[in-house]
Amino acid sequence: MLSYALRRLLSAIPTLFIIVTASFFMMRLAPGGPFDQERTLEATVMANLNATFGLDKPLWQQYGIYLSNLFQGDMGPSFIYRDKRVHEILAEGLPISVQLGATALILALVLGALLGSIAALRQNTKTDFAVIAVATFGITVPNFVVAPVLSLVFAVILSWLPAQGWGQWNQMILPVIALALPQIAVVTRLIRGSMIEALRSDHVRTARAYGLPTHMVVGKHALRAAILPAISYLGPAAAALLTGSIVVEQVFNLPGIGRYFVIGALNRDYTLVMGTVVIVAVFVVVFNLIVDLLYAVLDPRVRYD
Amino acid sequence: MAKEIHKDRVLEIDDIRVNFDTPDGTVEAVRGVSMHVQRGETVAVVGESGSGKSQIMMSAMGLLASNGHATGSVRYRGDEILNLPVKKLNKIRGAKISMIFQEPMTSLDPLYTIQDQLCEPLMVHGGMSRSKARARVLELLKLVQIPDPERRMKSYPYEMSGGQRQRVMIAMALANDPDLLIADEPTTALDVTIQADILHLLAELQARLGMSILFITHDLGIVEAFADRVYVMRKGQLEEEGATEQIFHNPATDYTRMLLDAEPSGEKYAPDADAEVMLSGKDVVVTFGAPGGFLRKDTQFTAVKGIDVALHQEQTIGIVGESGSGKSTLGRALLQLLPSDGRVVYLGQEISGLDRSHMKPYRDGLQMVFQDPYGSLSPRMTVSEIITEGLLVHEPGLSQRERADRAAQALEDVGLEASMRNRFPHEFSGGQRQRIAIARAVVLRPKVIVLDEPTSALDRSVQKQVIELLRRLQKEHSLSYLFISHDLAVVRALSDYVMVMREGEVVEQGLTEQVFDNPTQEYTRDLMRAAFDLREILREKLA
Repeated sequence: MLSYALRRLLSAIPTLFIIVTASFFMMRLAPGGPFDQERTLEATVMANLNATFGLDKPLWQQYGIYLSNLFQGDMGPSFIYRDKRVHEILAEGLPISVQLGATALILALVLGALLGSIAALRQNTKTDFAVIAVATFGITVPNFVVAPVLSLVFAVILSWLPAQGWGQWNQMILPVIALALPQIAVVTRLIRGSMIEALRSDHVRTARAYGLPTHMVVGKHALRAAILPAISYLGPAAAALLTGSIVVEQVFNLPGIGRYFVIGALNRDYTLVMGTVVIVAVFVVVFNLIVDLLYAVLDPRVRYD
Repeated sequence: MAKEIHKDRVLEIDDIRVNFDTPDGTVEAVRGVSMHVQRGETVAVVGESGSGKSQIMMSAMGLLASNGHATGSVRYRGDEILNLPVKKLNKIRGAKISMIFQEPMTSLDPLYTIQDQLCEPLMVHGGMSRSKARARVLELLKLVQIPDPERRMKSYPYEMSGGQRQRVMIAMALANDPDLLIADEPTTALDVTIQADILHLLAELQARLGMSILFITHDLGIVEAFADRVYVMRKGQLEEEGATEQIFHNPATDYTRMLLDAEPSGEKYAPDADAEVMLSGKDVVVTFGAPGGFLRKDTQFTAVKGIDVALHQEQTIGIVGESGSGKSTLGRALLQLLPSDGRVVYLGQEISGLDRSHMKPYRDGLQMVFQDPYGSLSPRMTVSEIITEGLLVHEPGLSQRERADRAAQALEDVGLEASMRNRFPHEFSGGQRQRIAIARAVVLRPKVIVLDEPTSALDRSVQKQVIELLRRLQKEHSLSYLFISHDLAVVRALSDYVMVMREGEVVEQGLTEQVFDNPTQEYTRDLMRAAFDLREILREKLA
């Protein structure tokens, strides 16, 4: 398995290279530039700015410089936050976004597994229909609706929890719920489906036929098989949580990296956008690898050698 | 009704009825059946698929699907156990009554080791500690003769063969010294030689441990060799019961007589020696997997190791062998459905290595029928669409009318009515579906048909009809068959030449009579004995 992990990591390098290259050139195809404002700057000022940031060089040269910097861990200067390098900006926000995302992911997995299992065990009963209804609701209602409503009800009206900020544990509750809700819904549906199938499988019938108590039949034999599809979903879920945090961080005013996606893109802050793209890409690649390795741990039949 | 107390009855079933609620209404799977099992007795319940024989045991053990209900009475040593709450039932199942199922491939949890799964019933029922349970597991694995049991304990089910997994299931069943072992088709999915081993093991363990066995099967050969008493079931009801001797030599009902007569019979005469060679293969080799490379293990595996075959007009070559012998792979390679090495010639034209588009002109002459009549027909197409699909590809010039006529003709050929053409596959029985699959092949007027276990999923009585059909079609259309099967009785009835395969090689080949009556190889002899002399083997080994 170690050699498999190594091979996968090696194959991630060309993937990341292609992503970086494609997004670098695609972004430059978009009209406008980082220094375009409503009031046009004087030509000389513009030329100076361009020269400072190296934007006067031919595009392929800029690309070469960016790549070589990136290779040394430097994501270049930001065009809006002029006194900072992009990797410095991201390094400040990333731990917050990761903490937020990871908590939401764990919550989604645990609650989703629980709700999905309950629904499957009570298939076609009122409990099942209620869980399905809530899950469908969770998938359809976007988080730019959920987040303000949560904030309004629990922070403004009831004053149970803080509406914004970061640092204390209770400031995490609302954003985590807002972020996790759609993922809980998806995981619930996944687990319900695979659990129904697992409960009908021959080996679960064997467990029953041998008089094992229900908690062992379900918790040990059915759930381990049923959780596998949810594990495969973790890869895309991690990406969704990272991008989903854009809205949630905005609503709860959290200093994560989410807002830089928007600010960077709107202001043509080329390096900032590139930085966020690289971070997300690395996350998705690494997470998919973790998921595949986790799969092999849970299912002994999966062998990568 | 006064309840009689039978002290020596381990299991008593009275007037059991099992119903299933389906969207199309209630289905009565079992309609009032009574039976019993004495202490130390081996009882067989025989019946064709759908006779309800398994459902009785499923309801007794509280394992019915959620839409099923059972009424009546099931008593274990006089205590009612039917519809008992799960907690109470759990004191009996796995401890006093245990079960072995048909599918050794899926009945064990793929995600846990053998040891984990065998320990569970011991710890739950016997209250053993894990280390004590482990010691007992080792004992059990030795009892069921698993080679190298210390190492095997830590294996996962997927690392074992079907026969070994079934031994593990038996070990699990014996874990808590049960009074009754219910075995639901325990050897149906296994090769004949392994079937003989498993049955022998069960018989020996029974003699040693003194438990009762209730054996559910459709295979009368096993019943005759194995059971003391027989219940024959048909359509949810008891047809007949009696001692094995009596049922086999003096059956009371026509149905039982029909079951006994359903063993494949007849023989096939070889075509003239100068009959044209239709399809031939020279030194056919099929390799799966990829060679090793950078950070990569060599996974190469040769499934067919250089086989020569020549199929003459109107000849039927039977290819027999146990699972994994490469017989199906050979059939597919000859039809160019798998990449292979070697030279394959069809009607004087070399077809080996041709790609899809170059193979297309030959495809209508080379057809195939598969084992599983449930999986090989698209559930979303009508019978007529299924049958005419090939015509659209191979004879695009036909008008819709002509295609419909050809389809009707093909349906008639296989003994179905043309009026059935607008129905969907799920509306047909297994045997009828296999007829549809055969119609799909013959509608193209093929010269060669590869039949890959076409009768293995069917009941014996239906098998017999399909064999008759294949015989008639061969005569009417001068067909050549390559008949792949693990079922030696069917091969004997249908083919004039036999190739015995093992591990990708031909062990023995020759005219059917010669191979069956005077096998020269040890392996062939073992195979024949396991298939035809089961009773002798069991008697010999137990003596």
